[in-house]
Amino acid sequence: MDLRTAVQLGVIGLTFFMLINASALLVLAERKIMGFMQQRFGPYLVGPHGLLQPLADILKLLMKEELRPKGADKWLFTLAPILSVTAAFAAFSTVPWGAETTLFGLLDQPVKLGAADVNVGVLVVFAITSMGVYGIVLAGWSSNSKYSLFGGLRASAQMISYELSYATALAAVILLAGSMSLREVVDAQAGSWLGVLPRWYVFLQPVGFIIYMIAGVAETNRAPFDFPEAEQELVAGYNTEYSSVRFALFPQAEYINMATMSAVATDLYLGGWHGPFLPPAYGWIWFLAKVGFILFAYIWVRWTVPRYRYDQLMTFGWKWLFPASVLNLLVTAALVLYFNA
Amino acid sequence: MPETLLFYVLAGVAIAASVLVIGQRNPMYSVMLLIASFGALAGLYIQLDAPFVAVAQIIIYAGAIMVLFLFVVMLLNAPQEDAAAWDRAHPLRQPGVLTFGTLLAALLIVELVWALGRTLGLAAPVAGRVGPATVSSVRELGRVLFTDHMFAFEATSVLILVAMVGAVVLARREEDR
Amino acid sequence: MIPLNHYLIVSAILFTIGSAGVFLRRNLITILLSVEIMLNAVNLSFVAFGRAAGDVNGQIITFFVITVAAAEAAVGLALVIALFRHKESLNPDAFTSLRW
Repeated sequence: MDLRTAVQLGVIGLTFFMLINASALLVLAERKIMGFMQQRFGPYLVGPHGLLQPLADILKLLMKEELRPKGADKWLFTLAPILSVTAAFAAFSTVPWGAETTLFGLLDQPVKLGAADVNVGVLVVFAITSMGVYGIVLAGWSSNSKYSLFGGLRASAQMISYELSYATALAAVILLAGSMSLREVVDAQAGSWLGVLPRWYVFLQPVGFIIYMIAGVAETNRAPFDFPEAEQELVAGYNTEYSSVRFALFPQAEYINMATMSAVATDLYLGGWHGPFLPPAYGWIWFLAKVGFILFAYIWVRWTVPRYRYDQLMTFGWKWLFPASVLNLLVTAALVLYFNA
Repeated sequence: MPETLLFYVLAGVAIAASVLVIGQRNPMYSVMLLIASFGALAGLYIQLDAPFVAVAQIIIYAGAIMVLFLFVVMLLNAPQEDAAAWDRAHPLRQPGVLTFGTLLAALLIVELVWALGRTLGLAAPVAGRVGPATVSSVRELGRVLFTDHMFAFEATSVLILVAMVGAVVLARREEDR
Repeated sequence: MIPLNHYLIVSAILFTIGSAGVFLRRNLITILLSVEIMLNAVNLSFVAFGRAAGDVNGQIITFFVITVAAAEAAVGLALVIALFRHKESLNPDAFTSLRW
């Protein structure tokens, strides 16, 4: 195995490692930010300023008793969280997180920073995200409990409804960039206008960006769209009957989905790893900063805005967001045709 | 060599999953196994230099149509004991008939495999004659779709609209008058 | 390099399995699933032939087959729901009221 293959495998491993750490850090970040917004410190005791709290959380979950209700379907009950978390991790596979690097000159040919680069990368992310619906649906059904079933059905209906607006917003960006490979979409946003304004697509597609963020929040069952989850506080949710490791996989899948949505939003709208003052090989620092900002916005919205009721949520998705998304696509297509003709 | 191995693995998964789909008593398991079969077929499409069809298969077939099947299976929740009693009494489910049908299917498979394996004109390697660039470009696909097949494209959109309206009307509850 | 007839053999086997499912199973949903298996087998044939001939039309036809399959699945399942509401059974032999 030559050095280049080894470095490529190392990049894939590093991506996976980053994602796992991201889910742990998000657990802590959520509770700390929530605490500060509510004028209190978050977790404070475990480690300096509560920094080791995720470790304590994970250890606690791992040592709980593994329960399975008697009437629950044996195979599907275990398959559901596995599906959820596998889809969450696999969706990040075609997302690039940095420019090419030669590893300080050790390699002859630079290695691209990202797990894989296929020419239909945007669609691969979308396809695997839509497989994540199965985790929730199966969790709801296989728990053999009425409330789990309804929670799971509602969550999956919400997810597949907002996938439409998500895809149409994506299509508008693909029109602008002329390619479906995420790396090429990012590279089309290099440079700046008049040396001042970066060529990010958020300035060309403000409506599209807002639609994408709303659809992304609804896709991950978070923030104002988490009625199927919040039923846990009221009645029950799709992960009521789960405990210990199987339970831990569900919030982990949710946080990784959040990270993937933020990373794809950064690549599509915020210029990925392009930014001033840093050489391209260190662009991943800008990438992390932008993704961090979007994740902060996710958590911020969650603890600020009240939740939508379920029928309000579905009405919004079908009657307002989807027509706005289609209109955005039509206007983008017309303008692309006009300015390129 | 790894290419051939990958082909056999994917084809094996697709065929095994399909056989299990028609053999399961629980329709929930059938749906999940069919999703596995679709995933294997998507892998085969990628091997055939058709990445867009592969991704479209996952998005539409495995990600939307199968979710629809899953919803219907969960909502209907047909009691399974009744089905078993009915099956046992039914003339078509007697063991003799079932084995006869399975035997016929196996015979058909053997005959088709023999016939297709002997056809000399089809024995050339798939990727031999033309390079992948002409076939796998999404740009080319879009261009041909929107110029040569424009009418079929528009007709398909009308078809989808009709299917949507039809599904809503057919599954509506009878209003009590 | 995989010969074309390998792909066609896989497609033929899948098609036979699908048609065996349609004939032998007595559950409406499994019958619809078997129809989907048959449509997928045909898709594989199309893409394989298209690749062998260097023609992009193989993939285009696959598009249309997938779309038509989606429409057919939606309407078929709506029919299944309507039938189930009527008779509380998913067995196709339960719906015999139009027989002489």
